[in-house]
Amino acid sequence: MPALSVVDLTLSFGGLNALGEVNLEVPDRSLFAVIGPNGAGKTSFFNCVTGYYRPTRGSVRLDGREISGLPVDEVARLGVRRTFQNVRVFPKLSALENVLAGAHLRTSANLATSVLGTPRARRHERELAAEAQRWLEYVGLAGKARVLAGDLPYGMRKRLEVARALIAKPSVLLLDEPAAGVSSVERDELADVVGKTWREGVTVVMIEHDVELVMRLASTVAVLDHGRLLAVGAPETVRNDPRVIEAYLGRRRSQGPWSQA
Amino acid sequence: MASGSEFAGPVSQRSGPAVALAVIALGALVPVFAGSTYVVSVAMQVEILMCLALGLNFVVGYAGMLDLGFAAFFAIGAYTTGLLSVDLHWPVLTTLPVALLAALAGAVFIGAPTLRLRSDYLAVVTLGFGEIIQNLVNNLSQTGGPEGIYGIPALSIGRFSVTSTAGYYYVFLVLVVLFAAISLRVRRSRLGRAWLAIREDEDTAQAMGIKVRRYKLYAYMAGSVFGSLTGSFYAPAFIAIAPPSFGFSESLLVVMAVSIGGMGSVWGALLGAGVVIAFPEIFRQFAQARLLVFGIVLVVIMVLRPQGVWPEGGLGLARRARPVWAWARGMWVRTRPEKTPEARLGGPVGAPEESK
Repeated sequence: MPALSVVDLTLSFGGLNALGEVNLEVPDRSLFAVIGPNGAGKTSFFNCVTGYYRPTRGSVRLDGREISGLPVDEVARLGVRRTFQNVRVFPKLSALENVLAGAHLRTSANLATSVLGTPRARRHERELAAEAQRWLEYVGLAGKARVLAGDLPYGMRKRLEVARALIAKPSVLLLDEPAAGVSSVERDELADVVGKTWREGVTVVMIEHDVELVMRLASTVAVLDHGRLLAVGAPETVRNDPRVIEAYLGRRRSQGPWSQA
Repeated sequence: MASGSEFAGPVSQRSGPAVALAVIALGALVPVFAGSTYVVSVAMQVEILMCLALGLNFVVGYAGMLDLGFAAFFAIGAYTTGLLSVDLHWPVLTTLPVALLAALAGAVFIGAPTLRLRSDYLAVVTLGFGEIIQNLVNNLSQTGGPEGIYGIPALSIGRFSVTSTAGYYYVFLVLVVLFAAISLRVRRSRLGRAWLAIREDEDTAQAMGIKVRRYKLYAYMAGSVFGSLTGSFYAPAFIAIAPPSFGFSESLLVVMAVSIGGMGSVWGALLGAGVVIAFPEIFRQFAQARLLVFGIVLVVIMVLRPQGVWPEGGLGLARRARPVWAWARGMWVRTRPEKTPEARLGGPVGAPEESK
């Protein structure tokens, strides 16, 4: 059974179709890349999957269970985590607290134990903090635990977001342009983190503009253009698909409207 | 407090226990050295505002929701205790559970319809709630109307009965310490982190699986509990209560204490309460201009330290001390010219060559 299956997914804003009848299956434990020009509907697709948008039509299934229309926190509860294109860490919390906030669903503390701080609750907190520290190390932020997230440089904030998502032990991880706007060194570090995570058995869906990175990492690539699914398949096949080349580079002049003029 | 080292708490919280003990010790000595009842009663007002500010800090500081009607919960506590102890002759302590339940009901009443609202809209609705409660107690005959309730019996704990201003000063001191300890504890719990995440970015918090509306309601409830408890002890301390003590100006005072101190910071809320009460008293020498002077001081504080006097990230003392420390070290090294690098390495490394 695919980890995510999307059937006939349509999202309209007024007359504009951000997504039009998209059909996709993200295989379990795959590293799935979604590419496409700006405004192709990639982030809209993520927002439909994670519950931020309610699709106009169509269904989104997670392990066979319908999740479209569920509130954001319910989708999270079912094991879907995401990062955001415009990095959204909690700026006035330390890096460690950011990661701990991501573990919200993994802690059992109720109101009473939160207020009273029972020995058991404290031990649990300590264990969790130690684990959060390990996740910071995992993304290469070992020494930054106490730094306020807002004070971290851009590339580190992106990695912090990944750690915050990973501590929840998601079954599906959605990464929205993890390598955008970071240096080539940081991009390689991010690629390592993504690859490691995928090998641990997490299904990773990644929106990415960096074609070289996509070709290197992804097992399957889907191409969106103007809200429609243009092509899906192995990276090499997709790269040579004439429709994809057209979407990115345009038509040959002789075939374009100019030739008719 | 859990062991600080694993937690990324701000500096102010790591040095917390030491600071706290010093403050409590100082606080306990106030009535001894005060010299007059006036000073003790002003100090008690500071404590009362500290308690209220810590309550509002859950709502404004932790969860990031502006609440302009917080005095309503103060009123609910004070009137519940006042009515039950005067009309039904309940001992003050036995009125506390009822006052708490009434406050929680009030929190749900104000919380449930407003949880969808954000920022400005929320402020207006909470302002309205504060006005409703004050108008209610002002107009109901059961609450004594504009005259309020008087002859509230003293707080008695066992055989001991608290009757002096100094006695109530200590009662509120215990309350402040208790509230501050709970606030600091919660700040590092799952509950506190959920509130802070909501304050920082509501939509992202939800993506962590945090049920935003439920946690916002918890913030109201936590605030209402602190506000109402403070009111329940306020009633016997002042013997008489009347509607003007629970109006918009009181709510504003609490908001001022929290924001001057530094949103979300427990130490800030305490310090802010001190500033808000003490300054107008100090400025009494300016007679009628004292509130004007107070206003000017507030503006100056907000211009110089928009983040509050003692913000969440701590006072930044360590950060500020670093250049001073570096300068002092530099001076120290410069005043010891005989200690050349060679000397520090344990011998004249390049010296023989140079002497030739």
